[in-house]
Amino acid sequence: MTTAIPESILHPASLVNELKKNDVSHVVWLPDSETNFLYHMMMEEPTLDLVPVCREGETMAVAAGLWVGGAKPVVLIQNTGVFEAGDSIRGLCLDLNQPLVMLVGYRGWTRRGPTPDSAGRFIEHILHAWGINYYLVETDEDADRISVAFEECERLSRPVAVLIGTEFGS
Amino acid sequence: MINNTDAVRVIDSKREDAVLVPTMNAGNVRFGLPTVTSNQVLDLPISGAMGKASNVGLGIALAQPGRKVIVMDGDGSLLMNLGSLVTTSTKQPRNFYHFLFNNGVYAVTGGQPIPGSEGVTNWEEVARGAGYAAVFSFDNLEDFTTGIDEVLAAEGPVFVHLAVEPEIENTPVQFRQRPTRSAQQAYQEVTAALAADN
Repeated sequence: MTTAIPESILHPASLVNELKKNDVSHVVWLPDSETNFLYHMMMEEPTLDLVPVCREGETMAVAAGLWVGGAKPVVLIQNTGVFEAGDSIRGLCLDLNQPLVMLVGYRGWTRRGPTPDSAGRFIEHILHAWGINYYLVETDEDADRISVAFEECERLSRPVAVLIGTEFGS
Repeated sequence: MINNTDAVRVIDSKREDAVLVPTMNAGNVRFGLPTVTSNQVLDLPISGAMGKASNVGLGIALAQPGRKVIVMDGDGSLLMNLGSLVTTSTKQPRNFYHFLFNNGVYAVTGGQPIPGSEGVTNWEEVARGAGYAAVFSFDNLEDFTTGIDEVLAAEGPVFVHLAVEPEIENTPVQFRQRPTRSAQQAYQEVTAALAADN
């Protein structure tokens, strides 16, 4: 008996369309294992300039500079990177009231059974501790929550997170 | 070695419409950029983010490719974020000027030596190896004053190593002179100034 692999339900195009719809100019990012298909699509999108970094804490700082210079960046990292970037989130995003959407791969997220991965267990607690609101995106139908995040971060001049709760499909 | 204030004054004197992003000693309100600046509205001091001044400067440089961005970094700060050298060189911003104020110590915490400060680390080689387009080094004010025009005429990303005198803070933090301009205010003013020029 074979186990059927469920069809991917979040496609990179849905996310890229949201970025285009919100006039995003730069994606400041560090890849994780879930976003390879997204990488290829972003590379082919002429309106997006990708800024790869060496460590996640850099993403908030590069994004702050892009914002100061009049561009409209997003950050794309894994939740493990949010943990690594803690002091940049505090010292830049929060202290400077930076309107920034952070797209965060939700490693360890599952709706079924226990979550053995501490990255999945801790991320929402960390966001709550910092007072950063967040939205969960798991399917193409959820993707418009990214627009909600953009509207909220600009209205409140605060960072807002979007947790990507599934792997991207091709 | 070069006095910290003198080094900042030389850079500021040649800034024209550049954005200046200082951190640590280069942004100190007693002997850094706030004491000598000629255009505060384009000064964006960065502190409290563990060595991220160069990343903020890179972002501005990418968004404003027609304007010079001058980062004034510290050696301890850059060590906290050494990968930023490669992040910067990957984008090859032609308008990016990265000055390293190397005083060999953690000046704001009492003057403890930084790793690599005893002649172990060669910063010019680090920057060159990371992929900066041009690298300069100065250890006296006369040469720096003479060479600054060549530095700012070079195509970036440019790295400039400055051997500066340590100016160690031993005053308890709560009694130190505070900036008159908050980080939020600076962030808003620089953003507005750049938007107005576009």
